[in-house]
Order: sequence, then structure tokens, then C-alpha cells
Amino acid sequence: MFSSEAKKRISLVLKRYPIKSSALLPLLNLAQEEEGFVSEDSMREIAKLLDLTPPKVYEVATFYTMLNLKPIGRFHLQVCKSLMCALVGSETLLKWIDQELGIKPGETTQDNMFTLNTVECLASCGTAPMMKVNNDYFEHLTHEKVCQLFEDLRTTGKCSLATGPFRWPDPGMLR
Amino acid sequence: MAAFEKILLKNMDMPDYSGSLKDYERAGGYRAIQNALGKTKPGDLIDIVKRSGLRGRGGAGFPTGVKWGFIPQDHPGPKYLCCNADESEPGTFKDRQLIERDPHQILEGIILACYAIGARTSYIYIRGEFALGAEILEKALDEAYKVGYLGTNILGAGFDLDVYVHRGAGAYICGEETALLESLEGKRGKPRTKPPFPAIAGLYGKPTVINNVETLANIPHIVNRGPEWFMSIGSPPKSPGTRVFSLSGHIARPGNYEVPMGITIREMLEDFGGGMSDGKQLKAIIPGGASASFLTSEHLDVKLDFEGIASAGSMLGSGAITFMNEGTCMVWAAERLLEFFHHESCGKCTPCREGSMWLLQILHRMEAGHGKHEDLDLLLKLCGNIAGQTVCAFGDAEIAPIVSTLQHFRHEYEAHIRDGCCPYRTEQAELVSTGSSQRH
Ligand SMILES: Cc1cc2nc3c(=O)[nH]c(=O)nc-3n(C[C@H](O)[C@H](O)[C@H](O)COP(=O)(O)O)c2cc1C
Ligand code: SF4
Ligand code: FES
Repeated sequence: MFSSEAKKRISLVLKRYPIKSSALLPLLNLAQEEEGFVSEDSMREIAKLLDLTPPKVYEVATFYTMLNLKPIGRFHLQVCKSLMCALVGSETLLKWIDQELGIKPGETTQDNMFTLNTVECLASCGTAPMMKVNNDYFEHLTHEKVCQLFEDLRTTGKCSLATGPFRWPDPGMLR
Repeated sequence: MAAFEKILLKNMDMPDYSGSLKDYERAGGYRAIQNALGKTKPGDLIDIVKRSGLRGRGGAGFPTGVKWGFIPQDHPGPKYLCCNADESEPGTFKDRQLIERDPHQILEGIILACYAIGARTSYIYIRGEFALGAEILEKALDEAYKVGYLGTNILGAGFDLDVYVHRGAGAYICGEETALLESLEGKRGKPRTKPPFPAIAGLYGKPTVINNVETLANIPHIVNRGPEWFMSIGSPPKSPGTRVFSLSGHIARPGNYEVPMGITIREMLEDFGGGMSDGKQLKAIIPGGASASFLTSEHLDVKLDFEGIASAGSMLGSGAITFMNEGTCMVWAAERLLEFFHHESCGKCTPCREGSMWLLQILHRMEAGHGKHEDLDLLLKLCGNIAGQTVCAFGDAEIAPIVSTLQHFRHEYEAHIRDGCCPYRTEQAELVSTGSSQRH
């Protein structure tokens, strides 16, 4: 299940805490990093590693929104829909995404490239409309930028429009 | 307004400031630990923070030195400090900037706090979404270990400290201090009933202090420049110091602005936020993040400090200020916030878990034009049954948008009922499903 590289990281992680179960979230995050989602197999393996029962691991995993318990598309589009983003256009952003990819929240494109979800505040409220794609933030989005983003992700798997280290207002914000 | 000196965002204003150890030291960083560790007694350090009047920047505004003073000094076993970097209160994005742009300022604060309370281990609980922030903090920790600011016998003062970054995985409630502890112990993030308070039985049942990122970032400056200096800034004696305010909504220049506490909302909006955007009029203000009650354009001259905002009927909270223009429907705004609260309720208390769903259903119905007159009383009755009836402050937070919009904008609710539609929306906004399941 876990790669040997991951196993090395796990032994380091375990040293950080006086009790094993504290490593549960770090390991669930790691499992998702490796496979794109948290599989039942990895939950069983984590349970074994931490002397927990599999249901206990499952109970915790279902609490945290970021953990996907089913496989999703290669790029996870997470649009913030909380009030502050909604004031400045998160609904419009969802429309652009629908126009370009033909998906609504909860859906995945047929080629399995993109999964779209709406999420609650991502601490980007002053630089909205925004979305997170996998680990990267994309802020001050326009229809044009959204098109470029999808194009770049499709062709290179990366996009230079990703923002951070965060500072706003700051003219030099783009990475 | 009069000129003032930034404290927390000052370093990052310097050209080419990268937040590296070298840059932080060049800006005078890590002087406070050089001067304090082994030279100032832990108890005296707590006293300095007490005298500075610093209050928590995470939401509740509790005096930091007093909180540290609750830790039993002679406790034999481990004690812990948790840095709360969960920043999830809608409207708030200041900690993200402090973390990504000046991580060592926070680390130095953590070292000083641990020294003061006698903690040998500290965890930075950072929201899972801040992947870049976690990476930056890890890198800063590596740098600090290398030069001996962390680890064993720091600066030869006989003080040992390990600091670890612990990533969450998407749950607003883990910002509540006891939910944070549960989450750190590998459980669902459900708040604990208090007492016992974390200072007595916190992480792993040991004495624990939980402090916000911005709170800790203030500590090195207080140690360097003295409590009297800090007490002279802002709005003393109850609200000394600056705040990094996060401005959002319908304004010309949203963003993070650090100002001395006590300036008015009007100054904040006009001198920093650039005024309302698109020439529209201001209608409503949320002065302290999603959990704070709405204020109106009549409150523009209210002072941005703990007492000022409280006496206007709201709270300073996390320092997030959202401005909404005349075109914003207040029923829709409350509905949007309730969607957040309903999604984020941890499910432990029935009034919060069930109440958030009922409140949301009524607001959905109202916004869709199917509201009834009885609904207004029903909303207030439900809110009354949640207030003060829950394990954590989330319960009081989730009713704030409804109670305050009903107080200031009742006519908008009535218009929805009378007209059978939302007067502000030409096309009814589709309700956005989250695409992810509830956590309860
Ligand atoms: C529902 C809820 C969410 C909270 N979220 C956060 C948060 O994201 N960050 C934070 O620093 N404090 C948050 N708090 C406040 C913490 O419980 C705690 O008071 C704070 O971290 C203490 O630090 P301070 O004294 O330095 O402010 C939250 C409180 C509640 C009730
Ligand atoms: S008030 Fe809500 S969020 Fe807080 S403990 Fe109760 S159910 Fe959980
Ligand atoms: S409301 Fe969308 S990032 Fe905060």
C-alpha cells in the first residue's frame, strides 16, 4: 500500500507524538497524497500501523472534508462558495467552469481529468473569486484565466497562475 | 488618520523580504530569544505579557498573559503549546499571510511562549488546505533547528524545545481550541465540555495553552520593546496593539491591513479599503468574521476595538471585516452563512446540529419566495433555543447572522414573504449543492 518512501516518512511522523493515534490524520493525508484518495485498503493498513480498529479509522476519516473516500478526477477543483466569495462572484465562476468543462459541483469530467466541488471558506476572501486545484490556490480569477488554467493543466499538468506566498494587497503576488 | 508603525506586517514591507531565517535576522529577528532565554525568568516573561495587555487574536480576545498564568508552574510532567493556525472563519485571511510571508516571527513567538509556560513540545495545527503554508513552516523549522534556535539546550540556556507542524484535513470546528486538541489526538474534531480547561487538562490530558498565530507573532515585539510600549499603542487599556484586519466584500481594495486598534470602521473603509466599489452605497458590515453579528451603515463611526464593537452589539472576533453594498439581499447573506454553519457543525449537540438544519431550511424557503409570516417568529424561537445551549461557542455564532439581520433588516424578510420572491435577484440563484456529504 504505502510506498517505501512513504514508510520512511511514517516512521518520522510517529516520533513526533507521545501516542500513536495522533499520527492518524497525518497518515490519512499521506495516503491521499499517494493514491489521490483514501482507499479502504489504506485505512486498514493505517489501523494496523497505529493499533486502531479499521472502523475507528473510518470514523475519523469521514469527519474531514478534504479526505476523499472515493477516487476522483486527476485535478480536484474546489470553489469556495462561502458568503465573502459569493459576494464577488463564486456563482459566476461555477458558470464558467460549467461552460468550459460541462460539470457542476459533485461531478467529474468524462475523461476523469477534473472533479468539481464547492467548499467553504479557504482564507482567500479578499482575493476572490478563487478556487483551489489540488494543492494550489488560484485567486482573482477571470473567465480568461480559468480557460488558461484548464488548458495548462490538460497539457502540462501545472499552471503558473498559482498564487502564493500570499500577500494582499501586493503587486508582486503572482508566483 | 495619523501616521503609525506597523508591527507584524513591517518586515514583509521591506523590498525582497523572503521570510527566510537570514532575512528575519537581518530585520532584528530572534533578538528577543537571545535576550530572554536564560536571562529572564519564565514567570517574569508571563508578567511582561500580562502587563502589555495583549489579548488573543483568534476570536475570543482572552488576555494572553493571564492564560499563560493558568498553567501550573510546578507541574511535573509535560506541558504543551498549540499554535492555532486553523484559520477558517469566513472572511479571515491574515494568518495565511503571516505564515507564508514571515514564518520565523511566529516561531520566535512560539519559542518565547513555550519558555514562559515551561513547554518542551509545541504543535502548530494548520488547516489542511494550507499546503504551501505547511511547507513554508517546515522549511522555517529546519532553518531554526540548524542554527540551534530549536532542539536541545537552545542558546546555551538549558532550554529544550521541539516544534512540529500538524496538518488538519478540512473542518472549521478544529479551530475551536478543544476540538483542535481532539483532532490532534487523532479523533473526530469535536469540542470538549469545559471544565476542565486546557490549562489544567489539555493535550493528552496535560496542561496546554492554545494561542492564535497573530497572538504569538506579537510576543517577540513585546519582549524587545517592553510592555509599556505595547500598552501605548492602539486603544489601551483594554485593546492595546495593532490588528491585522482582513477586508473583503464590495470594496475597492480588499486585503490585509495592519492598523492600531481603535480607528473607526469608516477610516478602515475609506483610508484602507478604498471605499465601496462601483459607486454603490454601503448597506451592511460584518465586523469580526462569519460568527459576528451584522452591523449597518449607521455603525461607520464605531471604533474597531474590543469594547467599541461589543457595545455596537457585535464582536471584533477574528478581525475580518466584510462590507456589503445596497444590492445585497440580507436574507440571502444569512442563508449563505447558515449553509456554512450547517456544513461545519460537528454534530455533538442536538440544538446546534438539528437547529442549523431547521434554520437553513426556513431560510431556503424564504429566499425561494415560499416564506410565511410565522417563519419570522419561528426563526427567533429556534435561535433562542440554541443560544447558550451548546458545548462550544459555535452555537451562538450560527444564530448571529439570523438574529442580527432580523434586527436590522426585518423589512427585507417581510418583502420576501409579501412578494413571494427575492426582491434582489432577477433570476433566482441556484442553490449550490456542496457535492460533499455532511460530517454528521
Ligand atoms: C467555532 C470556533 C472556531 C474557531 N476557529 C479559530 C481559528 O480558526 N483560529 C483561531 O486562532 N481561533 C479560533 N477559535 C478560537 C479558539 O477557540 C481559541 O479561543 C483561540 O485559538 C485562542 O487563541 P488566542 O487566545 O491567541 O486568541 C475558534 C473558536 C470557535 C468557537
Ligand atoms: S455547538 Fe455545534 S459545533 Fe459546537 S460542539 Fe455543539 S454541535 Fe459541535
Ligand atoms: S469566503 Fe471564500 S475564501 Fe473566504
